[in-house]
Amino acid sequence: MEIANLPISASQRSKLLSAGYATLSSLSSLSPSHLARDLNIELQEALEILKVVSDAADRSKSTDGHHQALKGVQTAWDMLSEEQMQQHITTGCEDLDHILRGGIHCGEVTEVGGVPGIGKTQLGIQLAVNVQIPVEYGGHGGQAVYIDTEGSFMVERAHQIAEGCINGILDNFTDHDRKILACQEWMQPNSFLSNIFYFRICSYTEQIAVTNYLEKFLKEHKDDFDDLACRTRILSGMSLKLMKLAKTNNLAVVLLNQVTTKYTEGSFHLTLALGDSWSHSCTNRIILYWNANERYAYIDKSPSLPSASAPYSVTSKGIRNSTSHCKRVRMM
Amino acid sequence: MSNKLISQMGLPPSLSHVFAARSIITAKDALSLPEFDLMALLDVPLAHARSAVARISEIACPPYQTALSLMEDRAGSGGHLPTMLRGLDDALCGGIPFGALTELVGPPGIGKTQFCLKLSLLATLPACYGGLNGRVIYIDTESKFSSRRMIEIGENSFPQIFRSEGLAPKMAGRIIVMRPTSLSDFTDSLQQMKLSLLQHEVKLLIVDSMAALVSGENERSEGGPGRHPLRSSLSFLKSLAEFSRIPVVVTNQVRSQSKDEAYYHTFQEERKDNCQNSEKFESHLIAALGIQWAHAVTVRLVFEAHSGQKFIKVAKSPMSPAIAFPFIVESSGISLLSDEGIDVTGPEINTIRNQGQNILSQ
Repeated sequence: MEIANLPISASQRSKLLSAGYATLSSLSSLSPSHLARDLNIELQEALEILKVVSDAADRSKSTDGHHQALKGVQTAWDMLSEEQMQQHITTGCEDLDHILRGGIHCGEVTEVGGVPGIGKTQLGIQLAVNVQIPVEYGGHGGQAVYIDTEGSFMVERAHQIAEGCINGILDNFTDHDRKILACQEWMQPNSFLSNIFYFRICSYTEQIAVTNYLEKFLKEHKDDFDDLACRTRILSGMSLKLMKLAKTNNLAVVLLNQVTTKYTEGSFHLTLALGDSWSHSCTNRIILYWNANERYAYIDKSPSLPSASAPYSVTSKGIRNSTSHCKRVRMM
Repeated sequence: MSNKLISQMGLPPSLSHVFAARSIITAKDALSLPEFDLMALLDVPLAHARSAVARISEIACPPYQTALSLMEDRAGSGGHLPTMLRGLDDALCGGIPFGALTELVGPPGIGKTQFCLKLSLLATLPACYGGLNGRVIYIDTESKFSSRRMIEIGENSFPQIFRSEGLAPKMAGRIIVMRPTSLSDFTDSLQQMKLSLLQHEVKLLIVDSMAALVSGENERSEGGPGRHPLRSSLSFLKSLAEFSRIPVVVTNQVRSQSKDEAYYHTFQEERKDNCQNSEKFESHLIAALGIQWAHAVTVRLVFEAHSGQKFIKVAKSPMSPAIAFPFIVESSGISLLSDEGIDVTGPEINTIRNQGQNILSQ
């Protein structure tokens, strides 16, 4: 690796080059005080430069193909055992969970798109509630971050869905009355709501800021684009950060997307917004659509699951299996 | 948030001077650049650029709340404007929601403006009669506002209030009618409105109709990123609704479908031929303003006519399933013929029908 490719500032680079250091090897056995004197810079700065150099040298060292020298690399066998232990978040609809082999995958980014009114926000809220199902009942006992760019998150609906989820759990355990009573303090809809962290963002700058801030947040506990290239760059930057967040924190990242129309194969079709380059960025994609009178979810992109469709319905309790007869469910 | 000045973010002085020297003034400027570009531009080591970005992000990021505190914040303010149509209010869990955009869409002459007139009146009424006791801003782009008709609605719906002296002019005096003539006029008046909304206790904003402002322009995207002419007004309206916690009602027109309309995803190809004919022969109307607009509104009420009756259909709502109520327009405004409503499922939710109605009824 050449000096020109190191992640150092332009002035540091020009000083190195003008002092005659053009390759990494020329710097490999240099002491910081010698470098500081040569470049006429502070000792601290020289130390920093040498640190960057040694990091770069480690990365490019080839050590007879032994994989452990390369940082962050795993064999496919190691990854298999990781994949088998992969956690899922249930969607509330058994058919949909079935085609997803358990639910939305943790550690990956899943995109969900569909026409207005099909239930994307409903699914988002359902997942934010379902991730909190206690471990004893087959859930994760986790928390959720909900980033709202449309203003469509309705708290009352989240409360309803939380209630529906809790009642669904309690229904399965009618003979464990004592256990139910014991749980009752923290199995309240309000405590579910207190575990959903809500960000309302109004511009892409805020979305970038949130994505950058999330790393810190997770340690403690989204204008008008005139420049299309800028938009593509920002989107891909965000998706890379989200993928990294998903992987390091074993998070399930779910992105809800809108639809737009596109002219392909001689006619107009519905397609997800943000264009072709974005469609490469997410690991998984689920499209929600209408088929006759039913709502369906279709796995459009997944590295491990076959394409399949499953029906689901939106009820007062949240996302559930579709009912074969259209029974009237009142939202009160 | 994106316009926060970097100079006020408490970065180390050397760093903030460099930002200023490179004309990176706001958070938006800084966060739009990839890290390496920023490092090259500012001529600082990568670690410094990264920590600066992290600090700027933390400050530019809007504050978060738990959903629970969100609910507690909103619990005090009611949250809905009752329409006095019991079935509709039940379906919407109280009425027209605060802090969100509600859209009324339907063919001309069906009763959208009548509905808006009644809503304006309801918002001005004192709280004891179920109103919001506030002012209303009515943006009338097609010169359809009729004060005479509104007083008539008031006298017939709330005779006890309106017969008493002085109350009718007082109520009517709370409704401010604006008549912008073009889209730029409209956006200008919106900007001016931002501050005055809170000062003047405005409790309802009605735009009748949104589609008229773009009728001269091609509202379908010319491919590419889909630059919607209304996009900035749209996001502004939404933020206005949210920050002042008021209901915003917008009416939309209908237009005929063209062959180019898209209904299906590409993976649905094989079903297209079977369903296409049967579903579409009756309805040749769709809402104007396109699919981006449809995504942006929170509640959509479709006014349509079929089988000899008119219906208000709750086509999109985060709180309720699709349901339609038959209605008529009479001297006291709109009234529902039945509070029970009819379930609507499938593609019917989004179609708009306009046939079989007798325009000259009453």
